[in-house]
Amino acid sequence: MSGPDDRGAPLIVMRDVFKIYGSGESEVRALDGVDLTIANGDFVAVMGPSGSGKSTCMNLLGCLDRPTSGSYYFRGVDLANTTLDQLALIRRHYLGFVFQGFNLLARTTALENVELPLVYRGLPTAERRTLAAKALADVGLQGRELHTPAELSGGQQQRVAIARAMVTAPSLLLADEPTGNLDSARKLEIMHLLRALNRDRGITIIVVTHESDVAQFASRTVTFRDGRIEKDERGAAA
Amino acid sequence: MFASTLVMAFREIRRNMMRSVLTTLGIVIGVGAVIMLVTLGQGATDRVTADVAKMGVNMLTVVPGAERRGGASVGASSLTLDDARAILAQIPSVATVAPSSGRGMLVVYANQNWSSTLTGATNDYFTVRDLKIGTGRIFNEVESQGGTPACILGPTVQRQLFGQQDPIDATVRVGKIACRVIGTTQPKGQNTFGMDQDDFVLIPLATFQRRILGSHDVGAISLSATSDAAIPKVKEQLGLLMRERRKLPYGAPDDFSVRDMKEISETLSSVTGALTALLGAVAAVSLVVGGIGIMNIMLVSVTERTREIGIRLAIGARAHEVLLQFLVEAVMLSLFGGVIGMVLGLGGSYAAGRALKFPFRVMPEIVVIAFAFSFVVGVAFGFFPARRAARMNPIDALRHE
Ligand SMILES: Nc1ncnc2c1ncn2[C@@H]1O[C@H](COP(=O)(O)OP(=O)(O)OP(=O)(O)O)[C@@H](O)[C@H]1O
Ligand SMILES: [Mg+2]
Repeated sequence: MSGPDDRGAPLIVMRDVFKIYGSGESEVRALDGVDLTIANGDFVAVMGPSGSGKSTCMNLLGCLDRPTSGSYYFRGVDLANTTLDQLALIRRHYLGFVFQGFNLLARTTALENVELPLVYRGLPTAERRTLAAKALADVGLQGRELHTPAELSGGQQQRVAIARAMVTAPSLLLADEPTGNLDSARKLEIMHLLRALNRDRGITIIVVTHESDVAQFASRTVTFRDGRIEKDERGAAA
Repeated sequence: MFASTLVMAFREIRRNMMRSVLTTLGIVIGVGAVIMLVTLGQGATDRVTADVAKMGVNMLTVVPGAERRGGASVGASSLTLDDARAILAQIPSVATVAPSSGRGMLVVYANQNWSSTLTGATNDYFTVRDLKIGTGRIFNEVESQGGTPACILGPTVQRQLFGQQDPIDATVRVGKIACRVIGTTQPKGQNTFGMDQDDFVLIPLATFQRRILGSHDVGAISLSATSDAAIPKVKEQLGLLMRERRKLPYGAPDDFSVRDMKEISETLSSVTGALTALLGAVAAVSLVVGGIGIMNIMLVSVTERTREIGIRLAIGARAHEVLLQFLVEAVMLSLFGGVIGMVLGLGGSYAAGRALKFPFRVMPEIVVIAFAFSFVVGVAFGFFPARRAARMNPIDALRHE
């Protein structure tokens, strides 16, 4: 089931993962037996119809949630018996997450939002400022540093969320429809940026998308249907 | 880490100004109201207690006539100087006995006149009534025997007749008596019932009896006991002695009455005690209301805060780091509100106490209780919802609505 693996040891191994919401009549199998291996340095696009379990899978990969059953190895470590605190430390040191709904802190400037993961990494203020400002510039938001989410458009908020996820240069960047609110020019810009991160810094990237031109950037496309992986293909990486 | 937590908490407080102000306000009101009400209540009690003490210590007063609404009954035989002597001689624990008689009279000096109470008294009257000479002197031997008429003025009479002038050696006319002013007393002010305790003219009892009454009657006998504790015993013996001297048959009702300052003071104390309890209850209610206010604000913001916690967790914060931030935030707000409330409460009660002429006495335990209560409420309601959120899976905290 695992996809072709040619860029290094597996970063992620999921075995027979189930995520079941509710019980009895109202039971929803958001993930219905997923096996997934992702190699270090890979660039994966996740596709599939709405409600097929993409976000659910991303949340598990991002250590934001726990599976109902099945195992998840991250960097070879079984996460089944980790505490919430240990998961927090994994998120802090290895993960960056772009949420489908942005999840920025309200009434907080773009710069401070992007700085936040660096605060928890314990970086000194000056360094935080520089890195955050650079990340915002990378997503084309220079001049908007001091705007709060309420003062930014949907696409701009999305880009703040992307900047926040990549500012720490994580091992694994998870992005749930990061280009959903962007025009095609911006979309391409962001995807080029992600590809650069993947190529130049070796960051493993998983992107959920509905659009095949976004998936084009990935070297592998995994397609979900009804909580299962329906297709797993090595795309022609651009 | 702690420094950055402080900074973060401070930023959150500033960022959510409205919520911070409302929380602080709840604490300010809670702490301020309690401190102010209880301090004022205590001031009122102190004032009453002090007033009662001014009326005379350990004092009992015998007057003719049974205790009745509307004053002494007519027909009861009056008291005599012999009664006074007998009381001093026969009842142990009696320190001083002061027979006296009084009557309302017009006092005239030059073209000024003032309607006051003329009291015939002995020098012991000063001791029993806790009355002190301001200027001049008390009665000498000759005057006390009913010789040259001399009088001592209460501060009110002095002010009304003489203004700023020195009254000593002036001659005032009281009724038909022309008497020389030999002294004045120190002011006592109003008593608890609002009666002026400085409005009187004292002349020797002998003079009063001869020139005003035309008899050897005594209107009242005041006496002081050697101690507070002796009062009930003295009172009992006094009753028996008076019955015997007035030859009342067994079973007949008393035709005299004994007034007990201690009784009055106890009544007053219980009234002010009830007042303080009432104020305390009002204060407790305001504390609870303040607490509920704080609680509401904190709980209303829980949804937003839960999402905030979810975001912080998702980004890599550990539960205890987020909690520390929320704790610091709650502590800062509660401390701030508590201090402001304390200052306002103490300042307010000081100002109100001055306006009402109450002594200002801070009860540290109340300050501490009010402060601690609000502090605990503020911190608890800032902290516990946050703790619940911090223990969730980040995704559940993020989805919270
Ligand atoms: N917290 C939850 N409680 C109950 N059911 C849930 C919950 N979260 C997701 N689901 C269900 O799980 C299924 C998969 O949801 P998921 O969000 O993973 O879909 P998705 O593939 O990301 O869809 P979309 O493309 O619309 O974002 C859906 O049927 C959804 O209703
Ligand atoms: Mg989704």
